[in-house]
Amino acid sequence: MTNAWTDIKNTDLVVIMGGNAAEAHPCGFKWVTEAKATRGAKLVVVDPRFTRSAAVADYYAPIRQGTDIAFLFGVINYCMQNNKVQWEYLKSFTNAAFLVNDGFGWADGLFTGYDETKRDYDRSTWSYQIGPDGYALVDETLQNPRCVWNLLKEHVAKYTPEMVERICGTPKDKFLKIAAMIAETSSPTKAMTSMYALGWTQHSKGSQNIRTMAMLQLILGNIGIRGGGMNALRGHSNIQGLTDLGLMSNLIPGYLNIPKETEATFDAYMSTRAYKPLRPNQISYWQNYKKFFVSFMKSMWGDAATAENNWAYDYLPKLDVPDYDVLRAFDMAFNGKMNGYVMQGFNPLQAFPNKAKLAAGLSKLKFLVVIDPLETETARFWENHGPHNPADTKAIQTEVIQLPSTCFAEDEGSLVNSGRWLQWHWAAAAPPGKAMSDIWIMAQLHKRLKALYEKEGGALPDPIVKLKWPYANPDDPTPDEIAREMNGYTLSAQYDPKDATKMTLDKGKQLPGFAALKDDGSTACFCWIYSGCYTEAGNMMARRDNTDKDNVGLFPNWSYSWPANRRILYNRASADLNGKSWDASRKLIEWDGAKWSGYDVPDMLPTAKPQDVGPFIMNAEGTSRLFTLGMMREGPFPSHYEPFESPVANVIAPKIRGNPVARVFPNDLAQMANTGDAEYPYAATTYRLTEHFHYWTKNVYQNAVAQPEFFVEISEQLAKEKGVQHGGWVRVWSKRGSVNAKAVVTKRIKPLVCDGKAIHVVGIPIHWGFVGLTKPGYPANTLTPFVGDANTQTPEFKAFLVNIEAIAAPTA
Amino acid sequence: MFPPLPNPPTQTTAPKFGPADLMRRSASTVTPPAQRQTEVAKLIDISKCIGCKACQVACNEWNELTPPIGDNFGVYQNPSDLLPDQWTLMRFTEWDNPQTGNLEWLIRKDGCMHCEDPGCLKACPAPGAIVQYTNGIVDFISENCIGCGYCVKGCPFNIPRISKTTHKAKKCTLCSDRVAVGQGPACAKACPTQAIVFGTKDDMKKWASGRVDDLKSRGFANAGLYDPAGVGGTHVMYVLPHADQPQLYANLPADPKIDPLVGVWKGKGKVAGLGAMALAVLAGVLHYLKNGPEVATEEDERKAKSLVDGAV
Amino acid sequence: MLSPQIHDSYPVAVDRYSGLTRLNHWINAFFFVALVLSGLAFYSPYTYFLSGLFGGGANARMLHPWFGVIVTISFLFLFFRFVGGNGWKPRDTAWMKNPGAVLSGDEEALPEAGKYNAGQKIVFWSMTMLIIIMIATGLVIWDQYFAAYTSIEVKRAAVLIHSVAATAAIIVLIIHIYAAIWVWGSIGAMTSGRVTGGWAWRHHRKWLRDLVAGRVDGDMPKA
Repeated sequence: MTNAWTDIKNTDLVVIMGGNAAEAHPCGFKWVTEAKATRGAKLVVVDPRFTRSAAVADYYAPIRQGTDIAFLFGVINYCMQNNKVQWEYLKSFTNAAFLVNDGFGWADGLFTGYDETKRDYDRSTWSYQIGPDGYALVDETLQNPRCVWNLLKEHVAKYTPEMVERICGTPKDKFLKIAAMIAETSSPTKAMTSMYALGWTQHSKGSQNIRTMAMLQLILGNIGIRGGGMNALRGHSNIQGLTDLGLMSNLIPGYLNIPKETEATFDAYMSTRAYKPLRPNQISYWQNYKKFFVSFMKSMWGDAATAENNWAYDYLPKLDVPDYDVLRAFDMAFNGKMNGYVMQGFNPLQAFPNKAKLAAGLSKLKFLVVIDPLETETARFWENHGPHNPADTKAIQTEVIQLPSTCFAEDEGSLVNSGRWLQWHWAAAAPPGKAMSDIWIMAQLHKRLKALYEKEGGALPDPIVKLKWPYANPDDPTPDEIAREMNGYTLSAQYDPKDATKMTLDKGKQLPGFAALKDDGSTACFCWIYSGCYTEAGNMMARRDNTDKDNVGLFPNWSYSWPANRRILYNRASADLNGKSWDASRKLIEWDGAKWSGYDVPDMLPTAKPQDVGPFIMNAEGTSRLFTLGMMREGPFPSHYEPFESPVANVIAPKIRGNPVARVFPNDLAQMANTGDAEYPYAATTYRLTEHFHYWTKNVYQNAVAQPEFFVEISEQLAKEKGVQHGGWVRVWSKRGSVNAKAVVTKRIKPLVCDGKAIHVVGIPIHWGFVGLTKPGYPANTLTPFVGDANTQTPEFKAFLVNIEAIAAPTA
Repeated sequence: MFPPLPNPPTQTTAPKFGPADLMRRSASTVTPPAQRQTEVAKLIDISKCIGCKACQVACNEWNELTPPIGDNFGVYQNPSDLLPDQWTLMRFTEWDNPQTGNLEWLIRKDGCMHCEDPGCLKACPAPGAIVQYTNGIVDFISENCIGCGYCVKGCPFNIPRISKTTHKAKKCTLCSDRVAVGQGPACAKACPTQAIVFGTKDDMKKWASGRVDDLKSRGFANAGLYDPAGVGGTHVMYVLPHADQPQLYANLPADPKIDPLVGVWKGKGKVAGLGAMALAVLAGVLHYLKNGPEVATEEDERKAKSLVDGAV
Repeated sequence: MLSPQIHDSYPVAVDRYSGLTRLNHWINAFFFVALVLSGLAFYSPYTYFLSGLFGGGANARMLHPWFGVIVTISFLFLFFRFVGGNGWKPRDTAWMKNPGAVLSGDEEALPEAGKYNAGQKIVFWSMTMLIIIMIATGLVIWDQYFAAYTSIEVKRAAVLIHSVAATAAIIVLIIHIYAAIWVWGSIGAMTSGRVTGGWAWRHHRKWLRDLVAGRVDGDMPKA
């Protein structure tokens, strides 16, 4: 989230698209009802299904899954055509005025530089025109045909309301009504918030779905203001923490990157991370990359990381592929290229696509370690549970080791919520049986691995042998110790840069924040964005002061919000070029002639003059980006692409199937239905129900009561066509698997007409499996395709093709 | 935001109401205390409800209810009905609004309405099995319950359920145990969107009127408060976007009242019946006193004898 | 030829009810009273104390329908035993037309009664009807087993009808018992099975004449 859950109460318009906040985030949804009840805010829901969110919406429109970009480009086009643009914001705070390289272009669904064999682009033309001073050229009048704004205008012109209806199946009148509601928030005194979740991310172009809305929000001037923002609703209570801490094969905590194979030396690595400002006076905060990186390395390897050995750069693995994401890992397992898998709080047999392929992959492992508080399907993948898990137990030789771990309520620590709040929690119960904390388990692994490396050596024992392990009890580090490390501390005394005799912080003290990080090895911090969460003043995450001055919804003394306890990112953009709030009733920070101050921690150097320094300090431009250069694999602008399995061809670019740069493994492509496949005519989507949390709560009695049995949802029309009875049984199958389910026949799903063809939607909730108190059922991933988003590899769970038929009730 | 109730005190506190605050007691007469307690009410705002079932689960958790894990039967609603161990239930109705052409998904939390004039209590034959406190809460006192099911017949809302195992009638208590120590009901505590709020009945009505205004501003011209007069008003009220058609919400009765059959049965009918029985006994006694026993005489015996002898 | 039911002594003894009939009657009577008392427990708060006879309200609630089932079955046998003598005859109508004579015991003013006079026949037939009504409505409101089969609206009607029928049945019972008390010798008929000839002469003269004429009462075992 750019903003915070509590800030949603400040909005005028909530757009829930690519999510179902009432269903999946009912507690956070209170801020939506609050905005509606106290401000008269309106709620718009756009979804293939009439969801629980739609039940309390002011306006609902259906959309075919996987066509969000077309819809949002339609809205952007509408705003452009109807002069519903926050012009001053657009000109000053976005890169609309920047001039783009003449070589850049778009044709037939592709940007310049596409290489079909590599399924990748040469992105060299995706750049600005650079002037002789080294800065990007801009045309503040937005007249130059090569400026971002005009290129974007041209790019979205084809997304007329008629085209939106043709692609998305959203009736034109409904689309126009929503476009008009959204466009109203281009007023500087109106705010719109975008609430989205897996409905946008779980597509082969998920990142671009989100980007398109971000662009719209920038055009409307809704970023950085109270009640605005791009608000990702995270699916697990600490999934924000997972990404922040870089639990990805290609990330280092704090969104730093693991080096690539081509970056063999530290210099080579740093050379592409200079982040020189692209406009005069701009901050380009990533210029501090080295400080963050060195402090991370010092935190990892302590004294073993020195200036001489480039801060132990050689200890870091170097990626030979863009990333070793879960899809790749399972493809490797499937192909017999993986021996062991350690799973910690992870149930991929339910959570990743194409269950049959996953099970085959797991069967080829030599060992599987499952660290989990619950019994999981993955740990039991080798058990035969009839049709729900048809494993051939005798043929599986994988050794499975289960290590019971503690649940969140059984240990202390911090969880990061969607709003970037690090909230400390305390143990509420003792762990059952022999369950041990994840930290204890990892410490034991560490101890034994270290001993093995010390004894046996090996190719490169140093990263393990020299790992810094500064805990009072090395067998069981405390969450408190780790939190202190996360915040960072001084390795030697720090002095005032203006007065070298004046010591600012003694050795071994907690850092006040990331601004204190150094690239000389005198500070250690393993996640720079969290720095400030545990200072000499104590554990900021444990704060529980819910005072909220003037009811602005920021609660600055409640827990700790990264970065720097800032509650709303880009909050400088809440004020105009002179530093005055666009809307006095939404004041966040203002320029008083000498400095920035207000309710929130300024996302700006406190003394940076408003006219000089742009609000988007992480970007080299100082502005936000409508044109995103080479940062996204699909191109600088989004473009409408169909899902890999689509009932209709891409009307914008008929030759293109799916996302042209998404990675597809050959054996998976063979398991995908063709576009408009007559054998798989129905557009399926998967989703969560409020009664359950993923695959956990089927182990909980009351949740099992509230939603006991696997079902699929279909329209009354499809039910009639297929002879399906309300509450009767159906079989649903894709090219990858087949499930039997109860049928919920509903008015809430209605057939859509896309490109002249009636499209029936089949809805498949995900929560059932062969473990737990609920009735045994099939997980939705039995059906879903093994392909992910081109940038993040998030699987395409939201759009694929199936067929359906009525069946007799299975005999027990 | 409706001000949430403060957390409970950690030290033991005296209950705010108890047996001394009874206004009605089934099959018995009570003298209500001179001073009625402030009437409480739970307000369920349908327009804020997202059907998340947190109330349902919170109710089960607080009251330690474990209904069976059932089947899906074609809707989101589960269990399929109120049960002796499921005192509140989200009921889901899909309705195509003919006026707007829009689908509406009407979700209503069903459960005891805590009528001011409770039909269950009126119907109950067991002394003290159903009581009404002066704050309006209608509570079932299980140790006095005989499991006859008359409350089921007396209720205009089809709420009480009789356990097949314990043979006790069960329903929402409005968390009388929580309210007694200054807390709101568990469902209200758990509701994430403040679709359920709890307080004095007057405050709830005021709060509801604000909600109704908001709904009217959104085009729900017939929005209103459901506080049916037919049962003297209720201590659980709904804000309905379509208050003119309560039956849309899973057959919420438009004009609930205690059924006249129940009225006859439990009202004068019973007195008349007992009177008739007593009269019959009295008539016999009087008749006997007046006429004495009817005895066969010597004469009768002789006549019988001669009849028999004549035949021989 | 005298019916073997008549024992020629002085006074004459007449067999009125066989042993099985008496057993049947008293089973019926016992459970009917239990049924009435347990039912009255939920009839009104004033009679709730009667539940104490059964170990409390819950037990009374549990037993009452079972008493009803027993009474229904038992009455079914009784019905077939008695139905032959309970056909309505013109003399019954005439009997009914002189309530003054009935109430004052002036039977000489009334037509001679068969085994049952019109009053007894009314008791018989009204009990038959009321028991049918009560078992039918009773099953409807027997929630333990039959809650699911009818709607609450039907149950409400059933419970009211059940109560009204019960009121009527209790009044009929009171009349029945009173008549037995008032007419001396009647109780003996149901205990020893015998009445005196004088009793029969006085109250059921036609019955006596029939027996004397050699007809055997259907209730008695065939000789």
